[in-house]
Amino acid sequence: MRHDFIDRYSRLDSPVHALDARAKAIALFALIVVCVSTPNKDWWPFAVYAGLVLIIAVASRIPPKYILSRLLIVIPFVIFIGIFLPFMHKGGTRINLGHIHIYSEGLIFFWGIAVKALISISCLILLSSTTPFADLMHGLELLHIPSFLTTVSSFMYRYIFIIVDEAERMARARDSRNFRGRWIWQAKTIGYMIASLFIRSHGRAERVMQAMSSRGFVGKFPRWSEPKMSSSDYIFIALILSCSIAGRLINLYK
Amino acid sequence: MEVLPFSKEIAVRIEDLNYVYPDGTRALNNVSLTIFRGESVALMGPNGAGKSTLALHLNGILEGSGKVEIMGLEVNRKNMREIRRLVGLVFQDPDDQLFTPSVMEDVAFGPLNLGFDREQAEKAVKRALSWVGMSGSEKRSPHHMSFGEKKRISLATVLAMDPAILVLDEPAANLDPRGRRELIELVKTFRTTKIIITHDLDMAREICRRFIIMDSGKIVADGNTSDVLGNQVLLENHGLI
Repeated sequence: MRHDFIDRYSRLDSPVHALDARAKAIALFALIVVCVSTPNKDWWPFAVYAGLVLIIAVASRIPPKYILSRLLIVIPFVIFIGIFLPFMHKGGTRINLGHIHIYSEGLIFFWGIAVKALISISCLILLSSTTPFADLMHGLELLHIPSFLTTVSSFMYRYIFIIVDEAERMARARDSRNFRGRWIWQAKTIGYMIASLFIRSHGRAERVMQAMSSRGFVGKFPRWSEPKMSSSDYIFIALILSCSIAGRLINLYK
Repeated sequence: MEVLPFSKEIAVRIEDLNYVYPDGTRALNNVSLTIFRGESVALMGPNGAGKSTLALHLNGILEGSGKVEIMGLEVNRKNMREIRRLVGLVFQDPDDQLFTPSVMEDVAFGPLNLGFDREQAEKAVKRALSWVGMSGSEKRSPHHMSFGEKKRISLATVLAMDPAILVLDEPAANLDPRGRRELIELVKTFRTTKIIITHDLDMAREICRRFIIMDSGKIVADGNTSDVLGNQVLLENHGLI
């Protein structure tokens, strides 16, 4: 099975890729926070945030189709959560469509959720696509994110494809002996497969630990070069922060 | 790697080693064994004989009751760092040994843990990769490699530490004939003390001069080619043919 890596485009050559992982993490996270804290009623700030995202996306040279396809995954969630809001959230003016009533406040709420979700997810997509996963985890560690989270994520990312392959092999073996039985029966089999994968992963984890210990590992991962923040990293952070805050405050001057 | 003349220096000494798994299975039953520096020893036996378990005692991953000495150094908590430098253990499944995003990081993992600085580690990596015929693959990712390539890289991860004793657990398992042939030729060039766990009698015969058969946690035979490999009854009784 062709594995779909989160950081498929993370080794391209672009100004964004060259930035330190920490700079990108801080800047994009700040953008998300500013965006999410913006009142739903304001339109302009979101245009500014979207503009920032667009500029970064273009500068990163990542194929637009890829970014859009990843973005599309969010849409069902947004709809699932927000679709009833225009109908249920009572407030503002009432718009009548025959027997159905829509409330403008509900609509604005829905819009808010949708645009915030899209911008936030775009930031995450850009972050993960311009930074090799291991570098991203290391950057987060340097920012004092608990190493438990980053180490677990790193190993998960490394071994998830192995587990996916195992699951595939199990599925193939199962299909060779299964003649499309009833759905209930299949659910039980899937349950067994999951349990089996869990046990195998546990066994593998033990063996990996043995292999690491055999090569002298005593708890701390060795690193041979620490990334350094350069002036372009700080400038990037400063630019994104200032533009997003400026966008947030636009309405105060209107 | 060291080039050894035939030597009477003791590389591995095991005395009355017993080990019981947490679930109660007795894996090693009073195992005693002496291996000299420079020897190439094949450790053979049916599945479940205790071969891999014994190997795990050599570098202190498992600790049983009894004595294990590597190059005169007792295997215990205090000496662990040195023991792990002396004994290089290559596991059966390369995916258990390759856990970083790039070949460079995986092969450098051992040297860096030993305290090498960046330059020394890079040199060690380059050397190890050339020994296994994978020069230039530093930037590649283990996810994307074929099984045979992963096997070679996992071997390199241990060779980079320049161990005095090399322990290989089923090195040719699942390799195609060409891969197996290349591996045999490669291992033959190593002049360290070698302990090779294998079912592959032909490979054992080619690489090793001493053959130890284990069964049910005990050593049941220990001799040279004609004594052991020539003894059909012995081989049959212990599931080797």
